[in-house]
Amino acid sequence: MPKMLMKGTEAIAEAAIQAGCHHFFGYPITPQNEIPEYMSAHLPEVGGLFTQAESEVASINMVMGAGSTGYRVMTTSSSPGISLMAEGMSYISFAEIPVVIVNVSRGGPGLGNILPSQSDYYQATKGAGHGDYNIIVLAPNNLQEAVDLTQDAFDMSQKYRMIAMILSDGFMGQMMEAVEINPRKAEDPVVNKDWGLGFMKERGKRHLALSMQLNPDMCEAHNIHLQAKYAKIKENEQRWEHYMLDDAELVISSYGTTSRICYSAILNLREAGYRVGMIRPITLWPFPAKGFENLPKSVKKILDIEMSASFQMLDDVKLATGCKYPYETFGRSGGNAPSVREVEDACKKALKN
Amino acid sequence: MGENKVFSVSKVWKGVQSHYCPGCTHGIIHRLVCEAIDELGIQDRTIGIAPVGCSVLMHAYLDVDFIEAAHGRAPAVATGMKAVRPDCMVFAYQGDGDLASIGMGEIVHAVNRGRPLTFIFVNNAIYGMTGGQMAPTTLIGQKATTAPRGRDIPTYGYPIGMSEMLAKLKTPAYIERVTVAQPKYIMKAKQAILKAFRNQVENKGVSFVEVLSTCPTNWGKLPLDACKWVIDAMMPEYPLGVFRDFDA
Repeated sequence: MPKMLMKGTEAIAEAAIQAGCHHFFGYPITPQNEIPEYMSAHLPEVGGLFTQAESEVASINMVMGAGSTGYRVMTTSSSPGISLMAEGMSYISFAEIPVVIVNVSRGGPGLGNILPSQSDYYQATKGAGHGDYNIIVLAPNNLQEAVDLTQDAFDMSQKYRMIAMILSDGFMGQMMEAVEINPRKAEDPVVNKDWGLGFMKERGKRHLALSMQLNPDMCEAHNIHLQAKYAKIKENEQRWEHYMLDDAELVISSYGTTSRICYSAILNLREAGYRVGMIRPITLWPFPAKGFENLPKSVKKILDIEMSASFQMLDDVKLATGCKYPYETFGRSGGNAPSVREVEDACKKALKN
Repeated sequence: MGENKVFSVSKVWKGVQSHYCPGCTHGIIHRLVCEAIDELGIQDRTIGIAPVGCSVLMHAYLDVDFIEAAHGRAPAVATGMKAVRPDCMVFAYQGDGDLASIGMGEIVHAVNRGRPLTFIFVNNAIYGMTGGQMAPTTLIGQKATTAPRGRDIPTYGYPIGMSEMLAKLKTPAYIERVTVAQPKYIMKAKQAILKAFRNQVENKGVSFVEVLSTCPTNWGKLPLDACKWVIDAMMPEYPLGVFRDFDA
């Protein structure tokens, strides 16, 4: 497919279809409505089916049922809707069902507003629901990356039989960029008959997608199995970007939309002689601790910049760097984004302190 | 004269001992589901959805693919499955706490969409697994652990008749209320459950069968008294009958 100018939400939707997702379940919520709208228009063209659910509670359970058959399925929402999906995400995690979720996040807590925010980092990476589980969380900062990561999310969720989430925000959802979207050859078959429900005849025996285990030893064994899977993912799937890090005195930690703003600020600061660089986590879970190892000797301080009032990623940055640097924070929240100028000022202040 | 085999246990039944209390009628209803699957020859393309409640372990007793849904969410899970696998027969088996309380939203919308699915709704007017708390279906004056003086109208309103309520919708193909409290009723319940599955095989839309059931343990009654209570106390509130049948 040639490059096309597309809106983020629509690019994500088309990327999903091209990755073999022919079944979508979702509920309207701003700022992601173009995804269900796009799916309702285009899924019939590929022989798929769009279902508008009665709630996000229903959406997540619909993808649980659909995903349990081995097919590639997706739901999308924005922050308050993801909160409603927390229960289902916990059940899906126990039952090891591959599901892709997109959060085009907005300002919170509560109904908050419909503007971009990065205040769902904890919800995404620390587990929205109950129990010992994790989901893969991918955070793009441009639309081509959103397309590629959406398609990766399908491959990864099938490979590890778990939830993979795209954590974007209202900026990523609403802005337009040129993207190229190609069909993604599935690493695993789109239909997995080894464990997909509805293939008892082909398999010769039934399969159970259980979300409970009353026997404590067996429940513990299942938890140990899940943790071993998560450990493998932590080892193999960390992704990050180093930006102008080589001689940096100040390192910005930032992801998603905010990291785009930081690129511009860093270029301006470099021109003025300030030695600033950035580490941008691309996988938020597993957190790319490897990207924070062996930083140049020049690094004196880390400045965490997020669209969050509580700087939710900072804990992970501190853990990854062994708490050995001074840390400062800067950000805007409630639906505001930092300007390039504000980021530059925050960097200058951090370098002076 | 050769031997003439007149009965055998359904091959869908896994032949294990169930965990149900003595006098509980889940076992009978399970058997009727097994026989329906058997008679329609759909064992290897049936997917069951176990609810949260006493029948949470249903997957241990029926030899078909199963998924376990969260409390009340079985109809949404069923909708997702059927969307992807219209060739499979998908049924959900839910109790009254699951379907009529926490899962009220999911069942209403699944029935209203009308996609070919089979719902077996087991109504025993109480929460069984959690130990006898009041349900939306608990009768007026009926005692429960959370209604020790009996359910009263000013606080909780009247019991919800799910079959009557769902029959107000235009979409459903088939809604019937049956019971398994006496053998003569069991034969009728069997036909209803069979029809609810056959409708799906024939792609006839959504079918909903409500089965009045017992809970001797939490009702504090002997098994036979419990069956009698279904007929004397429950049936006046929940009359048996066909509420919707597109075929008729």
